[in-house]
Amino acid sequence: MKKIILSIFSLVILSCSSDNDEPIKEISVKLKFTQNWDGTIIERSDLENTEFTNKTGSKLTISRLRYLISRVSLVNGASDTTKFDSYKLVDINKPDNLTLALPEKISEGSYKLLFTFGFIDKDNISSAYTDLNSVDWNVPDMMGGGYHFMQLDGQYKDTLGIKNPYNFHAVRAYNSEKDSIFDTSISIETGSILLKNNATIEIKMNAAGWFKSPNDWNLNEKSVDLMGDFEAQKDISENGKSGVFSLGTITQ
Amino acid sequence: MGCSSKEEIENVYTPVQVSLKIPEIFQQKLIAPIIPTNNPLTEEGIALGKKLFFDPILSKDNTQSCASCHNPKKAFTNNTRFSEGVDGKLGTRNSMPLFNLAWNFDERFMWDGKDFSIEHQAFSPVRNPIEMHSNWKNVAEKLQEHTEYPTLFQQAFGTSKIDSTHVTKAIAQFERTLISGSSKFDQYLLGKTELTPEELNGFNVFMDEARGDCFHCHGSDNNPLWTDNQFHNNGLDETFNDLGLGAVTGDPNDNGKFKSPSLRNLAFTAPYMHDGRFTTLDEVINHYSEGLKQSLTIDPLMKKVNQGGVQLSDKDKADLKTFLLSLSDNNFINNPDFQQ
Repeated sequence: MKKIILSIFSLVILSCSSDNDEPIKEISVKLKFTQNWDGTIIERSDLENTEFTNKTGSKLTISRLRYLISRVSLVNGASDTTKFDSYKLVDINKPDNLTLALPEKISEGSYKLLFTFGFIDKDNISSAYTDLNSVDWNVPDMMGGGYHFMQLDGQYKDTLGIKNPYNFHAVRAYNSEKDSIFDTSISIETGSILLKNNATIEIKMNAAGWFKSPNDWNLNEKSVDLMGDFEAQKDISENGKSGVFSLGTITQ
Repeated sequence: MGCSSKEEIENVYTPVQVSLKIPEIFQQKLIAPIIPTNNPLTEEGIALGKKLFFDPILSKDNTQSCASCHNPKKAFTNNTRFSEGVDGKLGTRNSMPLFNLAWNFDERFMWDGKDFSIEHQAFSPVRNPIEMHSNWKNVAEKLQEHTEYPTLFQQAFGTSKIDSTHVTKAIAQFERTLISGSSKFDQYLLGKTELTPEELNGFNVFMDEARGDCFHCHGSDNNPLWTDNQFHNNGLDETFNDLGLGAVTGDPNDNGKFKSPSLRNLAFTAPYMHDGRFTTLDEVINHYSEGLKQSLTIDPLMKKVNQGGVQLSDKDKADLKTFLLSLSDNNFINNPDFQQ
């Protein structure tokens, strides 16, 4: 009831003020996803070419980087939330497809942007999304089912300087012995964004962040077969919560 | 009378549009196939494409058709390592099987991805000197002088003037109808049959990241194409005689990468790999288990390359093979719509 009263009150205020002010604009919003390694931009041309160093000192290259964003929403100053049902599979190998146009317009104003890395359990339903099935984004049921959250693949040099593959795949954590799952998706909330015109909001993903804080990741110890590793998935998720995603430039 | 009849046909004949017969399992799991707006499927176009596919008129000396290297009974490949062209010269790649092409969402065809779209791919064999070794001018002239083709093109495309564009459009229409979605495993997914314990274990080996880990490149129960249609270096060689995708893109990082073939119909499509080096499925499985070779562009998904491979047990190898064979589709190779 309080909410209804508040909404009516807001409407009255807005109606009154509209006599004197500019009409409230409806604007379109796009999210643009960029990737970096502790601030150095990662582009398609860096794949298999550029060598990065992670927190524990391993030198590595990236061959493949895909990740899933879902449950995008914008919350205005009155805590009204506009939810967008779409999800986005970001693939750095497809540079023409790194934006997500939010399907509905919103009123100009100040917002917080919220989104989820991966799928929350409720959304993470095996076989439910034909477009994701079609690009092999599934997780086998024997490893908890649903979908990948991220595929970060490449080569790292071990302590002898020998190249080894790594498959840093983030999925929902699954304990096969107990047949239990643990939601490792990550809710991300940005700071306040003032949107006055059609806008493109940059979402930055720091790939180096997956390998540090709070769990400094030693690829010499764990580099492959991570999907079925319950503890590894929890560690990946914890690292993802500490500043991997951040707000970048807003163009409007 | 002849002229007016032709004019009448040109004015009134409208090809009958058709939709692909999409297998139930594809409808459940996959997005819609790709049908280009400038080449919709029609009864007349498909029939014409089929006739062209099986007609040696496309080759220089009228001895080879598309079907010479793409035999329906072999899931539209043949059983030789390399195919012999009209001049007796051998190619350098194994003939690719043809099915479910409309679900190649990136539309990059051939082992090295050099052709974008089925229509574009169909241009190549006619003029390739080690295949049909003809040229499109001659082919168009032969077809134009043929007793039946001008009318068939008229019916399919509204023009009796034959050119390479319409020939390849017709062949592409026929090729899009080559759909394989009725294997034993498809029936299992639909709840219509049971798998043997060996097949089930083989499927688990396929899907288990810690054993076969085949699903990252070769589809799954949720992607029944059984390929990602992407390009990978799967550890065949330390150095490359054939650059594969790298020769197309010019990027050294793509050297030695070839398209993942579908694992459907393996019972009919030996030999295996882009160069047909493996005669049997056992050899293929042994390659991934113990035979991987390190190279500059090895795919990271070949994660145990430094140990030679994923080191499957004999039991898992045998069961994996049994599962793979459950993806073969006898209804496809015997479909009367696809026979000459």
